[in-house]
Amino acid sequence: MKNETKWIRVTYAHNIPLREGRAVRIAESEIAIFNLGGRFLAVENRCPHREGPLAEGIVSGTTVVCPLHAWKFNLENGQGVSPASSAHCVRSFRTRVEDNVIWLELPANFFTESQALLGCMEQQAEGATEACSVARV
Amino acid sequence: MEKLVVVGNGMAGIACVEQILRHAPKFNITIFGDETHVNYNRILLSSVLAGEKSIEEITLNGLNWYQQHDIALRLGVRITDVDAGAKTVTGDDGSVTGFDKLLLATGSLPVIPSIQDVMKDGVFVFRNLDDTRSLLERARPGLKAVVIGGGLLGLEAARGLQVQGCDVTVVHLMETLMERQLDVTGGSYLANKMNELGITVLLGLSTTAILGKGKVERVQFKGGGTIPADLVVIAAGIRPNIELGQKAGLDTKRGIVVNDYMETSNPDVFAVGECVQHNGICYGLVAPLLEQGKVLAATITGNKGPKYEGTVLASKLKIMGVDVFSAGEIGDKVDGSEVIRYEDPSLGIYKKLTLKASKLTGVILVGDTSDSHRYMEWLRSGTDLASMRRQLLFPDTGGDAGMDVAKISDNETVCGCMGVTKGVIVHAIHERGVNTLAQLKECTKASTGCGSCTELCQQLLKAVAPEFEEESRKVLCKCVPFAEDNLREIVRSQRLKSVQEVLDIYGNGQGCEVCKPALSYMLDMLWCGDHDEDRSARFINDRVHANIQKDGTFSVIPRIRGGVTSAAELRRIADVAEKYRVPLVKITGSQRIDLLGVKKSDLPKVWADLGMTSGQAYTKGVRMVKTCVGTDFCRFGTQDSTSAGIELERRLENLFTPHKLKMAVVGCPRNCAEATVKDIGLVGQEGSWQVVVGGAAGKKVRKADLLITVETTEQALDASGIFFQYYRENANYLERTYDFVERIGIEKVRKETVYAAEPQKQALRGRLHKSKARSRDAWLERNEPRTATQFVQIEMMDGVLV
Repeated sequence: MKNETKWIRVTYAHNIPLREGRAVRIAESEIAIFNLGGRFLAVENRCPHREGPLAEGIVSGTTVVCPLHAWKFNLENGQGVSPASSAHCVRSFRTRVEDNVIWLELPANFFTESQALLGCMEQQAEGATEACSVARV
Repeated sequence: MEKLVVVGNGMAGIACVEQILRHAPKFNITIFGDETHVNYNRILLSSVLAGEKSIEEITLNGLNWYQQHDIALRLGVRITDVDAGAKTVTGDDGSVTGFDKLLLATGSLPVIPSIQDVMKDGVFVFRNLDDTRSLLERARPGLKAVVIGGGLLGLEAARGLQVQGCDVTVVHLMETLMERQLDVTGGSYLANKMNELGITVLLGLSTTAILGKGKVERVQFKGGGTIPADLVVIAAGIRPNIELGQKAGLDTKRGIVVNDYMETSNPDVFAVGECVQHNGICYGLVAPLLEQGKVLAATITGNKGPKYEGTVLASKLKIMGVDVFSAGEIGDKVDGSEVIRYEDPSLGIYKKLTLKASKLTGVILVGDTSDSHRYMEWLRSGTDLASMRRQLLFPDTGGDAGMDVAKISDNETVCGCMGVTKGVIVHAIHERGVNTLAQLKECTKASTGCGSCTELCQQLLKAVAPEFEEESRKVLCKCVPFAEDNLREIVRSQRLKSVQEVLDIYGNGQGCEVCKPALSYMLDMLWCGDHDEDRSARFINDRVHANIQKDGTFSVIPRIRGGVTSAAELRRIADVAEKYRVPLVKITGSQRIDLLGVKKSDLPKVWADLGMTSGQAYTKGVRMVKTCVGTDFCRFGTQDSTSAGIELERRLENLFTPHKLKMAVVGCPRNCAEATVKDIGLVGQEGSWQVVVGGAAGKKVRKADLLITVETTEQALDASGIFFQYYRENANYLERTYDFVERIGIEKVRKETVYAAEPQKQALRGRLHKSKARSRDAWLERNEPRTATQFVQIEMMDGVLV
C-alpha cells in the first residue's frame, strides 16, 4: 500500500458546532468531523457494528458514542473504547485548520479505492493493534 | 406544670428539649431564638454555601413540631438579661418572661481577631443562616475571596465560595491547617488537597488590617504585605457565649461550668451545648450536645442519675473530595504512646494511629476516611488491639469500603451525632418497616447530623432491609457523581444554566451519553428555557427533532391530538409521503401516523409541507393522548373523552419529561383506549372521572394506580397537570412513571400532589404554567435553525476530485 497522502479543504470550521460532529461526503465514503473546542478530529462516519452515523453521536471527552447502540470510539485514533470485549475500530484522519478552513489528510488513493479503505487497515499495517483484524476489505 | 424557658433555638437547646419531652410531661415550654429561622442543622451550613443542600433541607424541626408539643416559640427575640432572683428573662423586644426553670443554650460566638477596620463592608463571619444567605448574595464568579482561618469552618467556607465561582485564598495564622485536629504532616497533605482544588493556602500569616475605601479592597498582613480581596470571611474560631450565664450569676470560666449531672451553680438554671464547660472542656461539635442533652433532661425532670462523662472528640471535614477525619489525641509527644503511620504522597493518603497500652487513643486520616467508623468504635470502646496489630491500617476483610456491617455489634454507635446504635437501626428496619434512608432518618434520626455515617447506614439497610431501595442514592453517573435529587438542588441553588457548567464545577468536565441528556433535561425542567440549551449535550433525536432509524434516516410523527385528524390533514400527509418518497407510512400504536425513512436534510421541508406540529415521538417528552370516541358517538359513552383528551394533550404538549409520557382518556370503564395502562389515564364514569397514574404496557405491564376521583373534566385535567409536574420535578431521568410511582409509593404521591395543601398545589401548577408558556413546537426550527448545518449535508469545499 502506498503511503502518499493528500491534504484537501473540507469546510469552514464554523460549520461544525462545538462538541458536535458533522458528516462530509467524500467520494464514496462519509467522514465525520468533530469540533472539540479549537481542535477538529475526523473519523470514518460508519460504526463497524451496524453502520451507525458516528457524526450524530454525543461527544464525551475525546470519544464519540454511536447514536444507534452506544458503541464508543476514541476520536484521536479511531480505537474502539466500548464494548471493551469486542475488537473494533474506525479509520481516523489527520486534520488542520487554516484561515477558518478545515483541511483533511487523505491517502492519495482514497478516491480510487475508498470502499477498500473502510475500517482501520492502515493502523493494522503499522502494527498498531491486533484488534483491528475485523476491518472490512 | 412548671414554666421552662429555653434561651437558644439551636441544635443543643432543641436536642435537649426533645429529650425532656421523652420524660413525663412536667413543663410548659417557651423557647427564645434570636435567629428568625426554626431549628436547623448548623453543621450543614457549609453544604448550603456549597449548593449541596437547600435551606429547607437542613431544617431539623419545622414549625409543626413546636405546635405538636405545645411549645411557645419566640423567634427573632434576643434575651438580653436574666434576673436569677426574680426568675425572669428580658428580651430585646422589652418582654419580661418568668420561669421556674431556665435552660441556657446560647451556643458560641465567632472570634473576631483584632484586625484594623474589621467591620468594613465586604467582611463577613460565617456562623448562622443569615451569614450564609449574605455570603450567597455577595459571592459572584470572579470575585477574590479571602478566608481568614484555616480550621474546619474556614476550609468549608473556602470551598463553598469557590463553588460559587470565587477565586479563594485561605489565610491561616498557624503553620498547619486544622492544627487542632491534624499534625504537621496531616496538615501538609490537606494543604496539597486544597491547592489541587484550586484554593490558595497561605500559612503562618497574621492578618493586621482590612484596607479599602468604604469597602474591602485588600487584606494586609503583619510585615506589610497585602493581597487583593473583594470579600473577606472571618472564620477564626468560636468562643462560648456565656454572657447570660454571667448575668445569672453562674460560675463561669471559658464556658458556663457544669457538673456531671449538667447542673450549674444555680439549681434552677441549666446550660447545655457549646456555651458550657465540662471537666475543663468546651465542646464545639454535635455529638456532645446530644449526650449532654440526655443527661440534662433526666436531671431537670427529676430523674437525676445519668452522668455526662465527656465525649471523644471527632471531626470530619465536609468537603466533597477532600476526606479528612480526626479523633482523640493528635500529638506525637504523649508519654508511653506509640505511633503508626502510613503515607502515600502520590495518592495523597496519610493515616496515623496513636496507641497507648494497646488501645487506640487518636487517629488522623487524610485522603481516605473509609475506616473512620472502625477507628471511632475502637476509641469509644477502648478495644484492646494487641491481637489485631497487623490489621490496624489494613483490615483483612479484603472488602471494599471499611468494614463488614455484620461484624458491628448491636450496641455500637453508628451515628455519632445523634447517638444511634446499630441495634436501634436494625430494630427500625425489622419492626417499623424502614426500607429507605429517608425513612431511617425520619424514624431514628440517624444520619441527620454531619452525614458522615450515611454510607454505613446505607450498607446496613442494604444488608438488613428486605426491600432496600438503592435508587434514591444512586449517582447519576461517574462523570458527575451525585444523586439526581442532589444535582437538581445544586443546579437550582447555584443557578447553573448550562450542562458544561455543571460538568466543569461538579464533574469531570467531559460528561458522556448518560449524564449529558439527563443534565439537559434537568436544566430545561428547572429553567424552562431560560438557560443555555446545549444541543451537543442532547441525543441526535433532540438535535433534529426526529427519531433516528437503523439506516441513519429519520421518522416523522406529527401531532394528532387525541387521535383526531381531518381529511385535509390526511391529504397533506399523503402529499408529503409522495413528494419525499417516504418508504413507509404507518399507523402507530398511539393513534398517530408515522412517516419512516426521511432524510435529515428533508426534515424542515417535510414539516413545512405537513403544516402540523411535532408529535415529540423522538424524545423523552409528552407523546400523545389516546382517546376513545366518547359520548358524541358511542352509545355506551358517559364522558366526552375525545374533547377531554384533546384538551389534555394541548395543555401538556411540547414539554419534556424524565422519560416518554403516554396518556389516554376513555369515556367509560370499558377502557377502549387502554387508559389504565398509561402513564396518566382518565377513566370516565357516570358523573365523575378517575385519574389514574403509573400504568404501563411496554417492557413491563402494570395497572395504573388511582390518584383521585373527581367530578368535573376541569378537575381531572387539573389533577393530571399537578401529577405531571410532580413527576417532572422528582423523577430521575429515564424513570418512567410506573417506576417512579412504585419508588415513591402512591400514598406519598397522592399526599404530595392532589391531596397536598393548596399552596403546594398552586406552586406545582405555577411551575407547570411557566414551563408551558415558554415551551414551543420544536419543528418551528425549520424557519430558524440553531446552526447553519443543523439539517444541511455539508459539501466538500474542494469538490469531488482534487
